[in-house]
Amino acid sequence: MSRIAARFSALREGGRAAFMPFVSGGDPDFDTSLAVLRRLRDAGADLLEIGVSFTDPMADGPTIQAGGARALAAGMTTKRVLDLVRAYRAEDDKMPIVLMGYFNPIYRYGAERFATDAKAAGVDGLITVDLPPEEEDELRGPVERAGLDIVRLVAPTTDEDRLPLVLERASGFVYYVSIAGITGTRSPTMADVEFAVGRLRRFTDLPVAVGFGINTAEQAGAVARVADGAVVGSALVREIGAGGPDMLDRVGALARELAGGVAGARA
Amino acid sequence: MSPDTANSYRMGPDERGHFGLYGGRYVAETLMPLIREVGAAYEEAKNDSAFHEEMGRFHKHYTGRPSPLYCAERLTAHLGGAKIYFKRDELNHTGSHKINNCLGQILLARRMGKTRIIAETGAGQHGVAAATVCARFDLPCTVYMGSVDIDRQAPNVFRMRLLGAEVRAVESGSRTLKDALNEALRDWVANVHDTFYIIGTAAGPAPYPEMVRDFQCIIGDEVRTQITEAEGRLPDTVVACIGGGSNAIGLFHPFLDDPDVRIVGVEAAGHGLESGEHAASLTGGSPGVLHGNRTYLLQNDDGQITDAHSISAGLDYPGIGPEHAWLKDVGRAEYVSATDAEALEAFQLCARLEGIIPALEPAHALAWVIRAAPELPRDHILVMNLCGRGDKDVFSVGDALGIAL
Ligand SMILES: Cc1ncc(COP(=O)(O)O)c(C=O)c1O
Repeated sequence: MSRIAARFSALREGGRAAFMPFVSGGDPDFDTSLAVLRRLRDAGADLLEIGVSFTDPMADGPTIQAGGARALAAGMTTKRVLDLVRAYRAEDDKMPIVLMGYFNPIYRYGAERFATDAKAAGVDGLITVDLPPEEEDELRGPVERAGLDIVRLVAPTTDEDRLPLVLERASGFVYYVSIAGITGTRSPTMADVEFAVGRLRRFTDLPVAVGFGINTAEQAGAVARVADGAVVGSALVREIGAGGPDMLDRVGALARELAGGVAGARA
Repeated sequence: MSPDTANSYRMGPDERGHFGLYGGRYVAETLMPLIREVGAAYEEAKNDSAFHEEMGRFHKHYTGRPSPLYCAERLTAHLGGAKIYFKRDELNHTGSHKINNCLGQILLARRMGKTRIIAETGAGQHGVAAATVCARFDLPCTVYMGSVDIDRQAPNVFRMRLLGAEVRAVESGSRTLKDALNEALRDWVANVHDTFYIIGTAAGPAPYPEMVRDFQCIIGDEVRTQITEAEGRLPDTVVACIGGGSNAIGLFHPFLDDPDVRIVGVEAAGHGLESGEHAASLTGGSPGVLHGNRTYLLQNDDGQITDAHSISAGLDYPGIGPEHAWLKDVGRAEYVSATDAEALEAFQLCARLEGIIPALEPAHALAWVIRAAPELPRDHILVMNLCGRGDKDVFSVGDALGIAL
């Protein structure tokens, strides 16, 4: 069983949802980012989403754009993000790790080589924001051969005609984008999230994670009551961006709060 | 003469928006259903004669089409070679070819019942054209523009505001056209239900490259008729400048299946291709995926997009429409480049010899003409798309020449 499947099935048995923090790999630099990942684990992260930076992240708001820009300015490349995963993986063989990014860096790296190298580094799944199912063929083969999951995004605009196509070859989990919008801008209403997750469950048995616009422990908890996972990105990236000597402590404290919100949700 | 349709260069894209390897729809899932909706609405409009009739009426009485095809006699004599014609799209209402596309897209937006328009702009010509049609059709308009471009195209910023548009400064990335496009896409994702995005060039996710091309083909279609009237035959060469490639594809496309017509696109070489500071995606870039399509891009080995440079804000873009990428690969069109300095020379020469101040964008095409025409025989007919006028550029040209205005 893949690390992703193993983690979700263990959580399901325990009757709780996953806390899934997102940070840009290498924000603000390689070593600090590795320390951030450790803090997230210690705070109770159930799955790590690591962003592969791109100069033109069209689905991201200012906060995550800035995180990606810091990583790039610190010399991060796609290859360095894989190095980061490898370094983390050496300490923790259980944590599911998903890379989230845009297609061009993968295309330049070479889809085949990227899939192989990502697997070898300890990556479990990929979210490629701007690669809809209609365009994914050239990545699909290499990724399946390497044994990585392709996590699919579903949006509020995805209608029921289109859902089967999107979900057809999705694996790992399904990521429900809770708002029609970019990351870190507005928050969804929980009634909408509940309705959307309910609808998704009629189409798939995969775990459903919800992200975009979840900033507080309370929101994460509300999501965790209806979904299998809550993704929090911008709120954490903002703390990293604020910097300062106690940055790691603040990120750890926020992550602990968020993890607590998720863990206590169904209590 | 014309090849059978199976061998035509004019059949693209396929039903998924691909021109060979290029094009496609590389967008986030949130936009996918919307883009498909635009595609379906355009398919319908394309086959509706009422749509074309309405567009034709506005072109005649509002845009001022057809634009003249003008024989540039003094330039021809000065260069001493090919006979040079200008397609005068700079005489269009708003001063460039951009209105051809905006008119088509706003009529489509109205058909779709959209109530808000967004656009991106570099030189401001597309922003002005979008703001113009929005004023005319009473739709609110938001234009995204990089703050660097806002500084170098101040007259157009004021024009857009006079026309009632909101101009939003973009401070992300290189703060030029590519970042304005990112920001417009982000706006669209967040306002999908009521907003129509009028993309300004023949790039972006399908159906935009095809749709914008179709709206710009009026340029080449008119040239065919006009040159046949003037010379009794087709031109030997057609040439246009390339930013995203819309004025060029509009001129080229109607000639793609005429094998005797040489087709030349001129990119901006900035400080020179070897300097690394240029905007020549085809002649100095490599294939990649950006802004919803696969095409040639300026990028580094890691697939990060690098900044373009051109004195012309309208050419200062690290990508290119996907149909040009395909035409380059199959060899049907040639792509060359002209530097900032050459464009500045051409800009001044055109003003003095023909009494026409061209925009800096077509001044790049003219720079190639100045290089190529003397080597060509006098019976060689060359048509250049003079796709914009230079009023907007007088301040930056003054600057470049060291003259304070
Ligand atoms: C006058 C003029 N020509 C050309 C361009 C470049 O665009 P395209 O290559 O799409 O024609 C612009 C863009 O702003 C322009 O204003």
